[in-house]
Order: sequence, then C-alpha cells, then structure tokens
Amino acid sequence: MKLNRIKVWLLVTVSGLLLVTPPIALVLDEPFYLTVIGRIMIFAIAALSLDLILGFGGMISLGHAAYLGIGAYAVGILSFYGINNAWLQLPVAIFGSAIVAFIIGIICLRTSGIYFIMITLAMTQLLYFLGISLETYGGDDGLPIDRSIFFEAFDLGDETNLYYLIFAFLVIITLFSWRLINSRFGVVIRGAQENEMRMHAIGFSTFRYKLLAFTIAGSMCGLSGFLYANLNEFVTPEYMHWFRSGEIMIMVLVGGMGTLFGPLFGAAAYLLFEEIISGWTEHWMVIFGPLLVLLVLFAKKGLWGFLPDRDQNDA
Amino acid sequence: MTLFLEQLLNGMQFGVFLFLVSAGLTLVLGIMNVVNLAHGSLYMLGAYFAATFYAWTGSLWIAFFLMVPSSLLIGIIVEVVTLRRLYSRDHMDQVLVTFGLILFFNEGVKLIWGAEAQYMPIPESLSDPTQIFDIPYPTYRLVIIGVGLLVAAVLYILISRTKTGMLIRAGASNGPMIRALGVNIRLLYTIIFGMGAFLAGLAGLMAGPILSVESGMGEEMLILAFVVIVIGGIGSIRGALVASILVGVFDVVGRSYLPDLLLRVVPSDIAETAGPALASMLIYLLMILVLFFRPEGLFPAGGR
Repeated sequence: MKLNRIKVWLLVTVSGLLLVTPPIALVLDEPFYLTVIGRIMIFAIAALSLDLILGFGGMISLGHAAYLGIGAYAVGILSFYGINNAWLQLPVAIFGSAIVAFIIGIICLRTSGIYFIMITLAMTQLLYFLGISLETYGGDDGLPIDRSIFFEAFDLGDETNLYYLIFAFLVIITLFSWRLINSRFGVVIRGAQENEMRMHAIGFSTFRYKLLAFTIAGSMCGLSGFLYANLNEFVTPEYMHWFRSGEIMIMVLVGGMGTLFGPLFGAAAYLLFEEIISGWTEHWMVIFGPLLVLLVLFAKKGLWGFLPDRDQNDA
Repeated sequence: MTLFLEQLLNGMQFGVFLFLVSAGLTLVLGIMNVVNLAHGSLYMLGAYFAATFYAWTGSLWIAFFLMVPSSLLIGIIVEVVTLRRLYSRDHMDQVLVTFGLILFFNEGVKLIWGAEAQYMPIPESLSDPTQIFDIPYPTYRLVIIGVGLLVAAVLYILISRTKTGMLIRAGASNGPMIRALGVNIRLLYTIIFGMGAFLAGLAGLMAGPILSVESGMGEEMLILAFVVIVIGGIGSIRGALVASILVGVFDVVGRSYLPDLLLRVVPSDIAETAGPALASMLIYLLMILVLFFRPEGLFPAGGR
C-alpha cells in the first residue's frame, strides 16, 4: 500500500489533531468531546478489524459486533467479581473473543455467499440472546462496571488518560494491520478473495487462512470491546445486537472498503453524522436510510477511495 | 399432557408465521440470489396496514382485501426502485442497501404511527375458544394454523402444477440456464418478489392481534426466517415448510420445558441461569447441528 503526499499529510494532520484534542477540550471545558472522539477511535478499531476480513478477505460477516460484546463482557464479568486488573482483563477480552471467533469461524466458513451472511447473523443473535438471559450479569438491563486499572499511577477514571490509551491502541492496531496485510499471510487472504479456486490450485488451504484471519479480526474487535466497556463504564447485550454489526459495516463502506485508513474516517463520518443530525430530529434514520442506499449505489469507493491515488506529477 | 398439546399447537402456529415469512424469502434468495434484509419490513408493514385498515373498517375481511394490494404495491416499489439495481451487484451491496431500507421503514412507521405499539383486537367471531380433545384452544390461533396449511397447499399446487411454478423450480435449480432459454426473467423476479411481499404481509396481518405491532418487529422474524431457510435449504418451499414447523415447535416447546428439564439434571442455581439461556439459543443450536451434517439444508433445491 503506497501513500502519496496528500494522504500522508492528511494522516499526519489527523494524528496531530487527535493528539492535541484533550488539552483543547480542557481549555474549552468540553470533556464531552473526549467521549465522542474516544468512541470514534474505538469504532475505528472495530471497523478496521471488520475491514480485514470484509474488504481484504471478502467475508461478509453480519455478526462482527458479537466480538465487541465478548470483549466488553470480559471486562464486565471480571469487574462483577471485583477483578479490575487490566493486565488480566485485556488478555481475557482478546483471547476470549479470539476463541469465540475461532468457533464461529469453523461453523460459518464451511459455507460461503448468502449462507455465510445468514449464519454469521444467526450466531451473533445467539450470543445476544445469551447476554439477555444471563440475569446474574444484568440481563437486558446491562451491567454497570468500574474502569480497569493498568497502573495505580495511570488512572483510567481520568478521561484524558483513557483517551490516550484508546489512541495508543488505535495506532498499535493500525500498524499491526498494515504489517499483516502486506505479509505473506495477507497476500494469501487477498488472493483468496480475488480467486479462491486459483489459490487452491497453487496449493493453499484457503480455509485455514480465512479461519485465522476471521479469528484475528475477532480478537481485534474484542480489544475495541474492552475499550468500549471502559469508556461507557457499562456493559449491555445491545453491544452484540446485529444492528451494531450493520453500523460497523456502514463505517467500513463509508470510509472505503479494503483500505487501511478508511475505517477511521468512516467511523468518524458515521458517528459525527449521528451526533449532529440526531440533535435536530430523533427520526434521523429516515434520512440516513435512503442516504445509505444512495451511498452504496453511487459512492461505493468511500471517503478514502475518493482521494487521488497518486501525486499528479508522478503519473 | 394437555399442556404439551397446547404448546405443540402454539409451536405450530408460530411455525406458520415463520413459514409465511420464509417462503417468499427463500425464493428471493434461491432464485434471484439477492440478500433481502428488508423482507422483515414487508411483514411489519403488513401488520401496520392491517391494524390501520381494521381500525377503520372493523372487519378483518375488508382489512385483508385492502392489505393485499398495499403489500403488493410496497413490494413492487421496493423491487423496482432499489432491488432491481442490485441483481448484478455483489452481496455486500445488497446487504447494505436493504439494511438502509430497514432503517428507513423502522423509523418511517414511528413517524407515521408513533412510537407506541399499535393495538389490533382479535375479531369477535373468532374470540371464543374451540374444544379440541377437551382442551379449550383459542379459535383465532387455530385459524392461523389452518390458513398457513392452506397457503402451503396452494403454493405446492402453484409450484408443482403450473407453468409459472415450473419456471420457479427451474430458476431455483439453474438460473442461468432458464435465462439462456429465453424466459422473461425480469417478470419472473417481479412475480416472485410480489408473492413474497404478499405472504409476508399476510403473516403480519395475522400476527397483529397476538404479537405487538411495533417498529422493529420485522427483524426478529427476519432472523428466524434465515434460520429456517438455512435449515430447510435455500430456494425450497418444502424445506421452508418443514423447517418452519420444526423451528416453531422447538422454540415454543423448548422455552416451556427446557428450564424444568434442566432443573432435574443440574443444581438449581445453575439451571435457573442456564435454562432460559439454553431455551432461547435452542433453535440456533439446531441450525448449527443441521449445518454440520447437511450443509445444504434438509431439502436442497439445487437437485444435483
């Protein structure tokens, strides 16, 4: 993935803005900004993880929010038993969602096409109902939790600290995804999307590669669930509702499918649109629904895709 | 025993709803190869239309005859305006566009009818219970089962005995071939989609008096219909019928007996949590089981 000058400048500017947001919010006395942008970065991680399997791997999962929920419940359930140590919670969130993604992947990847979409949807619904029926952990009322603790000195109860933690994870996940996509593994995954039969013919077991990609994406989304639970100090089965999966998919589309940085812009565009327009009318979905239809029909490249591919003078 | 029979009938009746919703959807998926998430919205709109017409006229029959053209009209508008542009696109686009339609319809009904659930009474002539084997059972629910079986029979005749049905079957097993043979596939698609919209609307009409008519009611049905279709096999009406009844009965009977059953096997504190959890997951587990042994569903339409 080559970046041209415009894209590099854009990324540098955005990273810079994200870095200086907390002091600005402090000066303006608007801590609310931190929550909004924190949420955008969390969903950027979730959308990027979906983009790995959807944009690069061609697996149309309508159940990706399941791992957001697993990650969040890992925090919630441990916190319920008084364990707020993040060094324990984080691995449980990541490996827990990896294991669930692995199992769901084994079931779903036996199929493809329409079946795959329907079954990922059914699996996330299964987990959603599981969350609702777990009365001990709040059922559909949800579960209020305390924030995780990494170090005593680094108090996540402070919104600024939490913000920088989320930012750090976004950077780490983006770098990791960049390496992953350009690795041999990433090339196989992209090859399988383009022509699975050919990958078979030259000797790759595409099932294993896709399963591994599905699992990695699940664990990355589990990480965003860990952060989301901390941001909201609350866990609810709603995190796993398939509408949330649809929203994450919209973010990928709006940002640009199969791009590394698109999901960040997609998450920002979607969540800011929601934030602003839902202030005008509670029926904002009536506007957004048809807008989504138009976006898919006429603007499928997404925001990142609209940027020029190369500098004008090096064509 | 009486309770069991009653639950069995309840399961049948729920299965009938599932059948009406999934019969159209399985054809749309199987023949047109289109992922239509908005099928649940057609069911929801059917229920809203029926509740409104019923409130105006006070007659279920008139409501029915007004609901049919409205459902068909909405179905055809949806097909012509959006879905028709999607036949040649990939599944991702179909998922997102129909997801956009869901958002629009769910919020649209709130805008028109308000956020609170619509009330639709059971017609008076059907409100007294009927005795079956000395068990009083709501007549209205029996009528639902009857209508469902009637629809299944009509569909069976339509699909196995008429020329249109022959084309539908041919389309399900090999779409490109019938296109190559010069069949007007566009018209066939519109017929199938309209039929699906009508059946979903009919399910909505009958669900009105027993389930609450509210925004979002379609999605619960949609996901269950997907489970039915995966179990029954894409594109198979027969599969949809068998799987609907199976899922309906499993779900209703499971919910009423599984918690008690579990209580006898494991300690009560575990059973109290796991019972309801397992019961609500039962049909999905059933789906996984079927998928494991018969990845193509119970009645694959491909006929390979």
